[in-house]
Amino acid sequence: MNTLIKQGHVIDPANGRDGIFDILIEGDKISNVAENINKKTEKVLNAENKIVAPGLIDMHVHLREPGREDIETVASGTRAALSGGITSLACMPNTYPAIDSAREIERLKAIIEKDAAARVFITAAITKGRAGKEITDIKALKKEGAVAVSDDGEETQDASIMLEALKKAKENDILLISHCENKKVSKDGVMNEGVIATILGLRGIPKKAEYEFVERDIKLAGKAKAKIHIAHVSAKKSVEIIRKAKKEGISVTAEATPHHFSLEENACRTYDTRAKINPPLRSSDDIDAVKEGLKDGTIDVIASDHAPHGKHEKEIEFDMAAFGIIGLETSLALAIANLIDKKIISWKKLIELMSVNPAGILGLKNKGRFSAGADADITIIDPEKEWVYAKDSIRSKSKNSPFINRRFKGKAISVIVGGKVFEGL
Amino acid sequence: MKIKAKILDKKGIQKAIIRISHEILERDKEKQKPVIVGIRNRGEHLARRITASLEKITGGKTLFGILDITLYRDDLTEVAEQPVLKETRIDFDITGKKVILVDDVLYTGRTIRCAMDQLIDFGRPAVIQLAVLIDRGHRELPIKADYVGKNVPTALNEIVEVKLEEADGVDEVVICEKPG
Amino acid sequence: MALMKSLYARNRDNMTVKKPVIWTKKDLLGLEYLTKEEIELILDSAASFKEVLARPLRKVPTLRGKTIVNLFYEPSTRTRTSFELAAKRLSADVITIQRESSSIQKGETLIDTGRNLAALKIDIIVVRHNSSGAAVMLSRALDISIVNAGDGWHEHPTQALLDILTLKEKRGRVRGLNVSIIGDIAHSRVARSNIWGLTKLGANVTVCAPKKLIPAGIEKLGVNVTTNVDEAIQKADAINILRMQFERDEKKAFPSRMAYFKTYGITEERLKKAKKNIIVMHPGPINRGVELSAEVADGANSVILEQVTNGIAVRMAVLYLVSTAKKEK
Repeated sequence: MNTLIKQGHVIDPANGRDGIFDILIEGDKISNVAENINKKTEKVLNAENKIVAPGLIDMHVHLREPGREDIETVASGTRAALSGGITSLACMPNTYPAIDSAREIERLKAIIEKDAAARVFITAAITKGRAGKEITDIKALKKEGAVAVSDDGEETQDASIMLEALKKAKENDILLISHCENKKVSKDGVMNEGVIATILGLRGIPKKAEYEFVERDIKLAGKAKAKIHIAHVSAKKSVEIIRKAKKEGISVTAEATPHHFSLEENACRTYDTRAKINPPLRSSDDIDAVKEGLKDGTIDVIASDHAPHGKHEKEIEFDMAAFGIIGLETSLALAIANLIDKKIISWKKLIELMSVNPAGILGLKNKGRFSAGADADITIIDPEKEWVYAKDSIRSKSKNSPFINRRFKGKAISVIVGGKVFEGL
Repeated sequence: MKIKAKILDKKGIQKAIIRISHEILERDKEKQKPVIVGIRNRGEHLARRITASLEKITGGKTLFGILDITLYRDDLTEVAEQPVLKETRIDFDITGKKVILVDDVLYTGRTIRCAMDQLIDFGRPAVIQLAVLIDRGHRELPIKADYVGKNVPTALNEIVEVKLEEADGVDEVVICEKPG
Repeated sequence: MALMKSLYARNRDNMTVKKPVIWTKKDLLGLEYLTKEEIELILDSAASFKEVLARPLRKVPTLRGKTIVNLFYEPSTRTRTSFELAAKRLSADVITIQRESSSIQKGETLIDTGRNLAALKIDIIVVRHNSSGAAVMLSRALDISIVNAGDGWHEHPTQALLDILTLKEKRGRVRGLNVSIIGDIAHSRVARSNIWGLTKLGANVTVCAPKKLIPAGIEKLGVNVTTNVDEAIQKADAINILRMQFERDEKKAFPSRMAYFKTYGITEERLKKAKKNIIVMHPGPINRGVELSAEVADGANSVILEQVTNGIAVRMAVLYLVSTAKKEK
């Protein structure tokens, strides 16, 4: 099947393109990008006044399958991704069982093959059962197709094990993603430590629980001469540490979630568990620092940390509720509202943060760009479209989002995954 | 509210108080030495005036108390305005005494029923009597006043307003038309 | 009738007087959510209920036919008994449900329990729970009245109200009084409720605790902070001594009861440096020889038992007001 996308505002930072272009897709690949393409195709998409970007890539998603299919599956999660304009995602291994062996990767791949609507890449576990004690067979995991390793949700507390893991990751040329949380400091905290937590009578999570381990992990990565990617950066000091490390030439990349540049800890004020997240929502200083980090390149990626949870896990007492919110369907909209509309970054930068950079960091060579022969993964965005994030139209199986009923401007209206067109999102 | 007629003026109220005081003493054949208990809000002020009047006539002391019937209302949740709770003050034992309840207007009789319920929680009076400034008819319970300042036949769409200096800055009783 | 356009009216001398405030809340969740006027309304109503408690027949028929459920997820004899008595004095029917609370969610959820009770057509739930925000959650989920009898570290509004009522009785006012709250502030709902109530009423509040037990950002609530108990007592008109819970103190601020008593315990010796008529309060139950000495507990400055009596009057006022709450038109 051939498709022609006509006269869209093509933003392709990897190839230095930012203007009105036609894009020709043949089969599942991009075949040509030019100002005017006159080829006859089976399908024509009129992209006038729309932004045409390389498919957005969300590298931090929890799909919950296997084990918690009640709250999300590969099928529902990828449908939610498409709805948010995301054509590829990398899923985390904290499933039941954990993705900590070649066999589990194989099983998950079979499910993805059968059910996935978007492309799914697998991040496997650093330690067996994610218990932080015994390192997995990283060589085998890479061989079976894992794009990264992480113990997200349960940071490797033991520095010596983390160092060994980094060495193994380097040996096997695979990315290690770190969820920086010093459990000895965060303990049973449930929201950001500060006056709001004090007023609410909730145990606080100090910011140093995060930045102390950001510092530790970057040091260890330096020692192992390995690449490291810092997940969901939330605190100002973490951003500063990463900025400094980059200046010193250390191979560190970082990501931030949309909620960490959109919501403050005040969202917890009425004991709304839809604001209970780990790392927690912070104060306005931290939000400003994250935005600045996204602007100046300290933070390379916007990733949702899409974390579905069931009603029975969220609609309970705050201190007992699960951490996390869904995010695939609101990532782009929040970035538009809080970064583009607030004139903090340009569209070009946004595409870098949501497509070019994640592709580069995960080593997905044929993505994030409109080069001839690249995968035909495309996101078409209507930057003016006004819409309401209504509960009924949420594609994810879970509805735990603090943004429900929020009005947004800007939405992905079509996506193309490997040449397959999904319209009317 | 639209005032339809003035029933009593300051002088009229004064006269009524004095007459009621004399009637109380005349009918106290057994010399039970009545105690006066005013029902908040305006009943309290009238009760004070009656007490002062009695003390002037007899030259002796008359026991005086105040009832706030808010906690005894049976139509608590249907009241248009939230009744403001004030203190009840009965500093003496009412058991065996002749208690004269005082209120400004006797209408359905429900307020007096509440007052009697409350009074009986304080002890066992020998006799309870009722003194009111205005009896406007339309009783819904079998209650009557023993001492009345003035009988005023009224229609259901009318309101009798008693104004007293202690609360309203002026002494007068007027009939108004119910708004709306 | 529209809600008072202005809080003020003119009395017969043409002076402005405060119009009585109307209670519109179906719940009492915390003092943070009340205005100064609403707090004063509760205190004034409590005074009337104290009179009821002084009568030979300590009962009024006001809440006859209403059902109040005490839903207690934490053990508590005194607060529970106080609420039970308050309800009974108002002629309400009372049921107490003692539930086991645990750190892991097992069995029926709080909201399900609440919904079941509401389905039994009861009128008020008085809830004590070990999770902060439990009462707020229940009030969002249910249409019936919720009274917070203590939720985690968050608030214990009736305790603070009775503390403030006691202060008001002793000193005639709250505005301008220096009040020091001493003890484990970080984990104390009594401290938080008192801070809200006292600051709203114009008192000068100081909190005093070992450093580890002073919660982050507390000074932003308009209180002075000190770790020195003598400094806290020196200018105080009243001190509120919090119970020190060693079972709960995982921050290990103090190695032992004796060590705490030595550094923070209120003794007659310590009070010698304080104002002569300083008021000593404690929410109870007291730990003699830990937060305060036996002599101070039983001494002339102590109002601990009066607090208990005021507790019933305050709780009667609260139950009365939430039952008769008028929705704002």
